[in-house]
Formats: sequence, structure tokens, C-alpha cells
Amino acid sequence: MAVFEAVLELADDHLVLGHRISEWCGHAPMLEEDLAMPNMALDLIGSARTLYAHAGALEGQGRGEDELAYLRGEREYRNCLLVERPNEDFAHTMLRSLYFAAFMRPYWLAVLAQSSDEVLRGVAGKAEKEMAYHIRHAGEWVVRLGDGTEESGARMRAAVEALHLYTEELFESSDAAAAAEAAGLLPERAQMRAPWQAMIAEIFEQALLAVPQGGPVLRGGRQGLHGEGLGHMLAEMQVLHRAHPGARW
Amino acid sequence: MAVLALQEARAWAAAAAVPDPEVPCVTVADLGILRWVRLQDGLAVAGVSPTYSGCPAVLAIELAIEAALRDAGFEPRIERLLSPPWTTDWITAEGREKLRAYGIAPPVAGAGKASLFQAADVACPRCGSGDTERLSEFGSTACKAQYRCCACREPFDYFKCI
Repeated sequence: MAVFEAVLELADDHLVLGHRISEWCGHAPMLEEDLAMPNMALDLIGSARTLYAHAGALEGQGRGEDELAYLRGEREYRNCLLVERPNEDFAHTMLRSLYFAAFMRPYWLAVLAQSSDEVLRGVAGKAEKEMAYHIRHAGEWVVRLGDGTEESGARMRAAVEALHLYTEELFESSDAAAAAEAAGLLPERAQMRAPWQAMIAEIFEQALLAVPQGGPVLRGGRQGLHGEGLGHMLAEMQVLHRAHPGARW
Repeated sequence: MAVLALQEARAWAAAAAVPDPEVPCVTVADLGILRWVRLQDGLAVAGVSPTYSGCPAVLAIELAIEAALRDAGFEPRIERLLSPPWTTDWITAEGREKLRAYGIAPPVAGAGKASLFQAADVACPRCGSGDTERLSEFGSTACKAQYRCCACREPFDYFKCI
């Protein structure tokens, strides 16, 4: 059961961030980004689908990806708080993606190297390559905006101020994750701190941004304690499936 | 044994001829998406490796391979292979040439590893000039980027290296 919950946490991280990024579709500030956002949302949602199917198989209760994605309420979602933060402006959106991808790339590489779970290694093999260009795309925007105009720099600094306090939760393992880590299925989340910090420091230096030191920390997503925005997001994401259970097309 | 091998070759040929739904100038075999076809327990089992985690064409490709095998008289089953992950290195030499002839620049080896603000140096598939620039890292499908040739002025798609 712990392994099911640990895989579910990963799946929820990917679906929630993928859905958030997809909200830019048709609204991005330029055509190139309007193509980029759904592309990267699809990468995340694609990983989520395999992870949900795997979680459902591990649980053994007959729940598939649709049941897990569409028929759980907000308090049953186990994503970290960072990924559910609203899009706000491009500075917030790109920084949120950078923080997440800079964590997931070393995480997936560690899954590839260490995990005894064949499905997780399969997801990792594809996702680590995708995370590399998510880091590049988001990192370029963080540099462009941070080292841009007075306005873009101020917005980038505001995004760092708003989002940095959600990053600590990335490195924390829930009881379920810790059990899966002890069983050799997943790498320890805390191991990603050094590569993450190095990546963020390198990009922030080019972006003329200061890495916040200390300060407050917000957590709770792994216990189902979310911000107000997740419920709204799920309402929109789940309405069709809940109105027409089992709908196919 | 010889009959089985012959049947397996026939099943492979049927599945291998399926064109990619988004890049119809190449087949699923040219792209290296179709890994193998095996006859087992009366079924023709095709091993298919998806390109990107969320590629919307994956299902269309699987259905098309099933249909092609059924048309050739086999009862098909698809096995989705996540590991090892598909890479553009698996595109055959023939596939690369077909892409180029179609106007899509084939992947440049090692270009997926570029750091910030580095775009792959891609030769124009039409005039061959190396004087090209990237317009957009993302294009009409997950696997393509948009480029422009500064010599012949033609825009073109680049099949990204992954």
C-alpha cells in the first residue's frame, strides 16, 4: 500500500503541473510559447498516465488511470504544493517549471540507476530526457526575464519570493515514499538537494537573481492539505468525467 | 520452423509498412518505433516503443499497426515497450533520407544535450546550407522544432534529437 501511495504522489505531481501548464494553451503571450506549453504539458500528463496505471495495478483494487485522476477529491490528492500554484504571469509559470524539472531530472536519473521497479525505470528513461529540455526552456525564460527590463526583473523577483517557500517540500519524503525508498523502489528525495541547488544557483546567477536563504517553508500536499486553487482546478478538470461517468470518445 | 520464420517475416512486413500518422513520409519501422513482431500463441505480437511520454500519436500508431496485421490475416496484439526508451538514434539511414527528401531536417546527433540558449546546428533540408536559425523549439508535434534557412529563405521542420 505504501508503494501505491508513493507512486500516486509522483503521478499527482505530474498531472497537476501538466494541467496547470495546459491552462496556457490559447493564452500564451506568443505563438511559439503557445506551442511550447501544450507540448510540455503533454510530456507531464503522459508520464502521469503511466504512473497512475502502475499505481492502480500496485493497489490491486481495480482502479485505473481515470478513476485515480477524475474520481478523487482535493483532500485525496497527494501532489506537493509547488505544482498546484496558479500560473499568475510567465515569471511564476517558468520558475515553477524550473524548480520542478531541476528536481525531477536527477530524480529520474536516480530511478534509472537504482530502482528495482521496471515500470518506474521505463517512465524514468523517457522522462529524464524530457526534463532536460523543460529545464532548458524554463531556465532560458528565467534568465531572459530576470536579466531583462526593470518590469520583467521585478516580476521574476516577485515569483522567487512567492514560490521559493514551496521548494523544501520537494526534498521531503512522506511515510509512504520513505517506505518505497527503503524497499529500493524509489531514490531518497533528499539526495536531489545538491544537484537541484547547483542547477538553480547556476541559472539564477545568469538571471541576476539571488537564491533566498532560510525563510518560511510551506508544506502539506503529501497529507492532502492543499491551497484553495487545487479544488478549483480539479473541479474544471473532473467535471466532464463526473457528469458522464465512463464517457469515451 | 522455416514456415514460422516466413510467417513472422510476412507479419513484420505488414506492420513495418504502416506510415507514421503525423510524419507520413516515413514508416513506423523507419522511425524505429516498431521494434519487433513475433508469432506466439496464435497471435502476431508487435513491440512498439512510444516516442514521447505524451505523444498523442501513440494510440493512432498502435491502432494502425493492429489494422495492418489484421488485414494481412493475423490476430494482432500490441506490446508497449517503455524500456529501453526510444531515441532518434533508432531512425534508420533510409528513414533519415526520407525525412530530408520530405523537407524535414533529420536529427543532429548529440543536439539534445545543449545547454541554455544553444540551438542545434541544422542543415537546410532543401538547399543544404548550414546557415539556418531556430524560430521555435516546439512545433506542430512533440518531435519537431521550427527553423528557417537564411540562404534559401525557406522555413522548415527539424526532427529534434532525443
